[in-house]
Amino acid sequence: MLKARIIPCLDVKDGRVVKGVNFVDLIDAGDPVEQAKLYDQQGADELCFLDITASSDNRDTIYDVVRRTAEQCFMPLTVGGGVRKTEDIRKLLLSGADKVSINTAAVFEPELVKEAANKFGSQCIVVSIDAKRTGPNKFEIFTHGGRKETGIDAVEWALRMADYGAGELLVTSMDKDGTKSGYNIALTKAISDATSVPVIASGGVGTLDHLVEGIRDGGATAVLAASIFHFGTYSIPEAKAFMAKAGIPVRPIEGN
Amino acid sequence: MTVAIVDYGSGNLRSAAKAFERVAGERSVVVTSDPDTVAKADHIVLPGVGAFGDCRAGLYAVDGMVDAMEETVIKQGKPFLGICVGMQLMASLGIEFGEHKGLGWIKGVVKEINLTDPTLKIPHMGWNTLSLKPSGTAHPVTSDIEAEDHAYFVHSFACFPEDETHILAETNYSTPISAVIGRDNLIGTQFHPEKSQAVGLRLLENFLSWRP
Repeated sequence: MLKARIIPCLDVKDGRVVKGVNFVDLIDAGDPVEQAKLYDQQGADELCFLDITASSDNRDTIYDVVRRTAEQCFMPLTVGGGVRKTEDIRKLLLSGADKVSINTAAVFEPELVKEAANKFGSQCIVVSIDAKRTGPNKFEIFTHGGRKETGIDAVEWALRMADYGAGELLVTSMDKDGTKSGYNIALTKAISDATSVPVIASGGVGTLDHLVEGIRDGGATAVLAASIFHFGTYSIPEAKAFMAKAGIPVRPIEGN
Repeated sequence: MTVAIVDYGSGNLRSAAKAFERVAGERSVVVTSDPDTVAKADHIVLPGVGAFGDCRAGLYAVDGMVDAMEETVIKQGKPFLGICVGMQLMASLGIEFGEHKGLGWIKGVVKEINLTDPTLKIPHMGWNTLSLKPSGTAHPVTSDIEAEDHAYFVHSFACFPEDETHILAETNYSTPISAVIGRDNLIGTQFHPEKSQAVGLRLLENFLSWRP
């Protein structure tokens, strides 16, 4: 049986791990490779690096982080942030990323997703969907860390991206991100019900209950969280044990 | 002793190479698009991601590579491992964006996963359990797979060998899917051993010590 995936995410800036609250007030907290190894040992199902300020900062540091991580962690690694052209994707994949997530660039140039999926295969193309609630059960795509609205309906966008060849959708609620109040379940469910590709719930995890809700109520097949793991509030084994107890099938930690 | 990972422009070979290096001991691991290197290697590994037809075209576009593989793997019987689409390419036929001939090393066809549960997502992506078939229980590469072992899968198409005994292990995604196939000196995994943590590394290690 396929298991729900727990994906710890590390926000990386200039080769260092950071985590912001609503994408501002960044706190520096460590070496991404060390963190990645810890998550690997703890039995995380995948890892995610988000190069958050890549659009304006020194880009090459992420390739080195990815390269060093891939040498030591034998688990799937998704890298996103600042991906603008197929060349960026190629370089990340060659560095050792298994999947690359495209966000802003997909909004401005949707054909990039099609081109990338054709060139590298859907299995490695994740489209990151950052959405905010703009009305009752109405969600809209926002770019630039949630600062710019686009007028694009989130569910329609998700369908289009799946149609263009996205192998997976990373759905982040910009209202919830950094709040620790739980995923936006209505958003997650609207997208997972509408599309046939796997959906990763993201943005807002504060407790282990939230992880359960993302799968059980949101219909996601994977849950992503950053700060609860990063700051040691909970460990991956604790999260897995909690989810298993709530009836969600998870992969047991190896060796246990 | 050399492990050759065949490079024909398909995907990220770095993870496969790094995983092999972890378990290779004294052997050297080379990522190569040179048919002579493949011809001289002791273990041949064919990775692959993306569509069947694209991978096939990429592999056949490397001058002399398929001939070198036929010679070392089929004629000389050196151990061969196909991973994901590399495993699928062993089949006779792939039906994905048209029909494409495979290497024909294992009789069977690669086609879309036919879900019986419409709420399930495609691709089949994530960690799924492996269950050994009788031929897998007896196989040196797979015999130590345990009941609750999980491996990492990412695929929308699956391989259906004609001969049931060529299926060494299955996984289930509302329908049985070939997880490991093989015969004689050939073995292939639909999942990614290089991404399957301890379970995957153990399989790679077994492959390297296998004397078919």
